[in-house]
Amino acid sequence: MIFSLAIYGAPYSSQASDSAYRFATAALAGGHSIYRLFFYADGVHNATRLAAPPQDENNLPRAWRQLIEAHAIDSVVCIASALRRGIINGEEAERYGCDADNLAGGFEVSGLGQLLDAAVRCDRLITFGD
Amino acid sequence: MVLHTVNKSPFSHCLLEQCLQVIGDKHALLLLEDGVYAALTSSPAAARLLQCHSERALAVYALAPDLRARGLLERGLLACVEAVSYADFVRLAGEYDSVQSWF
Repeated sequence: MIFSLAIYGAPYSSQASDSAYRFATAALAGGHSIYRLFFYADGVHNATRLAAPPQDENNLPRAWRQLIEAHAIDSVVCIASALRRGIINGEEAERYGCDADNLAGGFEVSGLGQLLDAAVRCDRLITFGD
Repeated sequence: MVLHTVNKSPFSHCLLEQCLQVIGDKHALLLLEDGVYAALTSSPAAARLLQCHSERALAVYALAPDLRARGLLERGLLACVEAVSYADFVRLAGEYDSVQSWF
């Protein structure tokens, strides 16, 4: 089975990101594959590389990075959601004259079309709402 | 056949009630996150869930890790609710034609 996941929740604001992460690891452990992770709305906050939660707490942004890297999962951050919330890669930071960027490696910024593409190309699209 | 997921508590939201109003025959319901509070015998949705289960053969699942995190596994849960793991969630997502998330 080929899954895609849409994640709408920011880490630590709602359980959505944690639920999606657990589903993703269970799917991969079960021999399934993940076509795409699509981080939408407040879900884009999962893609910051600057989050520094206390060491004894679950570090969700880091967990996502490690999972994405380990399984080479296509991971898209909605560009319209991201720019509004200050999640930005180097190219966009230059375009908008920002003095820094914060998008973690493994993520790319792209449009809502990538969510539609995921819905069409995978067997199941699972949405983890806020 | 659709697997519906509901992640809000019936003690604070009417989301589950809205879901049950439109849910089709042979569909299934998976409670997760705060949605698992619906599995309590004291939940506002208890009678409706039991009715949908008995009259329309609605399968009702609740994520065990979310029940455990809220201290509900040892509480009185509705007889129609089956506690499932994330691996079961993955399996159910594949068994049903699509997954509709209510949030």
